[in-house]
Formats: sequence, structure tokens, C-alpha cells
Amino acid sequence: MHPKRKKRLYLILLMVVGIGIGIGLALNAFNDNLMFFYSPSEVVAGEAPSGHPIRVGGLVSNGSVKRQENGLTVNFDVTDNAKTVTVEYTGILPDLFREGQGIVARGKLDDHGVFVADEVLAKHDENYMPPEVADALKTAHQEGVEGQAPGTAAQ
Amino acid sequence: MISRWFHQLGSPRYFYRFSGRLIPWLAVPCAVLMLAGLYQGLVVAPPDYQQGESYRIMFVHVPSAWMSLFIYMVMAGAGAIALIWHMKLAEVIAISSAHIGASFTFLALITGSIWGKPMWGTWWVWDARLTSELILLFLYLGVIALHNAIDDKRTAARATAILAIVGVVNIPIIHYSVEWWNTLHQGPTVTKFDAPSIDMRMLIPLLLMAVAFKLYYAVVVLMRARCELLERERNTLWVSELAESK
Repeated sequence: MHPKRKKRLYLILLMVVGIGIGIGLALNAFNDNLMFFYSPSEVVAGEAPSGHPIRVGGLVSNGSVKRQENGLTVNFDVTDNAKTVTVEYTGILPDLFREGQGIVARGKLDDHGVFVADEVLAKHDENYMPPEVADALKTAHQEGVEGQAPGTAAQ
Repeated sequence: MISRWFHQLGSPRYFYRFSGRLIPWLAVPCAVLMLAGLYQGLVVAPPDYQQGESYRIMFVHVPSAWMSLFIYMVMAGAGAIALIWHMKLAEVIAISSAHIGASFTFLALITGSIWGKPMWGTWWVWDARLTSELILLFLYLGVIALHNAIDDKRTAARATAILAIVGVVNIPIIHYSVEWWNTLHQGPTVTKFDAPSIDMRMLIPLLLMAVAFKLYYAVVVLMRARCELLERERNTLWVSELAESK
């Protein structure tokens, strides 16, 4: 390669690497701010800032969804399978909202440790399959669990 | 042999002739694959277990998003070649790609928004994936604006190439944003090390559409590059000969 062209190539590579390092350091410094939501564990541990609105993301615990008398207010637990936060929300829930579903709620913690949300978004996963496959997987999983149960009981 | 062909292709006159013959060979498979992909995606593929029929917008959304990244890499690569070798054709390819890339980015953002409203419950959130994709749109628009702002085409090409190369850092950020940070957008389905977590009947139309979009880009970038070349070379002998022969 012509030395002049080689020089230009190195200059470009240097530029890309330099900017890459710069942006990398900046993103690293702002890491916490780039997180869209906190996990229930972080909220319980007090790592999430209090006093201004935050987002909490996790799975809706099975059997935890309770509607209040007025019909619009819903209470449910959000869990990351380690810690749980109780959420209270008044309003219309997205179509994908159901027990076991991933959600992101925005709101504030009140004095009793209840997370009062003013917005609930559903998070869907990266798996796509027809309903019959999902059913088959569920049945197979249940059969697997039931098949294991006697063995576990014997231990 | 190959390097001679490559040098020949770099000559605007040879490229003009060669690309003119190539375009129909790309356009026909593009149309066939796109029709097949749409039929497979909208009719044959089963509904999703969670999202029902709404997930079908992904057959446009996902290939558009892939193209927005792919075209940016092509544009920045061509820009680098233009800067290092001062190759005219690379300058033309780089700027011709910018408009198409911007269109695909816009399409990815719009279809994502339409998909987001029924599924997530919101048109837009400022999470890392959506924000970095929006920055990509601004990068494309910046490249186009900068190119239009400078009258001399060769100076414009060099300036835009530098901007395009600087913006390359955004590409891995977009791709890995869903893994590095908590986002509302879900993680990768197809472009991950594991097997794709999508049913085969849904994956096939998705890949058909992805290939069709790639071919579409190839066709349109060649068309745009031919126009740009004619305009740049309008005072040369081969263009005036071409005009007379028609």
C-alpha cells in the first residue's frame, strides 16, 4: 500500500478506536442512568433513589393480581424471583398484562413500601411460537414436574 | 484477474454499464422473495402464543431494523475507502446509501412504534434500544444535510465520510443495548449465539423478507449511484457519448 494511503488508514483506525474508547467510558459512567428500570431486589435493598419517580421491572407473581372494589385499581406483586415489590395501579392495563408476564411500572414507593404506579407497560420476551407449541411445552413441563414429584417426596 | 476487474469497476463508465445490466437480475429475485415472504408471513405463519396476530408486523420491522444497521456499515465502509483511496465510486455509493438507510431507520422506528402501542402499551419510551436507533436516524440525516451543505462534491464526500465513520460507534451500541442495559425492548431472537427462539414457520418468512430487503437496497443503491455518477461526470466524454447514442 502507498505510504500516504497507509497513513490515512491508520488515522481512520485511530479515530474509530479513540471515539470508541471515549463513548465507552461515557456510557460506563452513565451506566445507572441508562437502565430503563430497577429490579425488585434493587428496590428492596434501597439502591433505587427515593423521592422521585422510578421504574420497576419484573415478572407479575402468580396469584398476586387483586382487583379492588372500584374495579379500576389493581394490586399485584412484581418479582425477580429473589425479592418482591407490591404494586398498586389505577388505570387500564396493557393487553399482554397477565400473571407470569414481564412488566415495567413507573411510579413512587409510598411510606408502607407499596409501589404506587402511574403507568404499567408490558414487556414481551424474545420467543415466538404458535399457541399449540406453547401449550405442548406447558403440558410437557407439567408432566415433567408431576413425574418428578414422587421422587422428590421420597428423598 | 480479480484485482483488474475491481479496478475496472472503479471506473465510472464501466460501472455505469455493468450496473445497468445487473439491476434486473437483482430486482426480479427481490420482488419474488418479497411476495413469498409476505405471503408466508401474513398467511402461512401461525399466530404467536402471546401476541396473537399483531406480531406479524415484525416481518417488516425486524428486516428494516437490520437494514438500518447494515446500510450504515456499508456507508461508513465506502466512506473509509473514499477517504483512503480517493475512489470516486466509493464516494457515490456512500452518499447514495444515506437516503435509503435513513428510510429504513424511519420505517423501523415507525413500525416499532405501531407494534409498541398494543403490546407494551406505549408508542415510545426512552430506553437504550429505541434511543440509540433514533440517534442512528439523526446520524443519517446529518450525513445527508452535511453533503447538501457543501457545493464541491469531492469535499462534501470527504466531510460526510468522516461523520459516517465517527457514527460507527453507535452500531454496536444499538445491537448490544438490549443486553448491556435493562430495556423495554426484548433481547435478540435470531442474532444470538443460541439457536433462534422462534418457530421455524415464522423464521422462514422473516429470513425471506430480510434477503428481499437486502436485494431491494442493492437495486436502489445502484440506481441512485448511476444518477449521481451521471450528474458528477456530465462534462466527460463518455456521458456525452451516452447522451448522443440515445
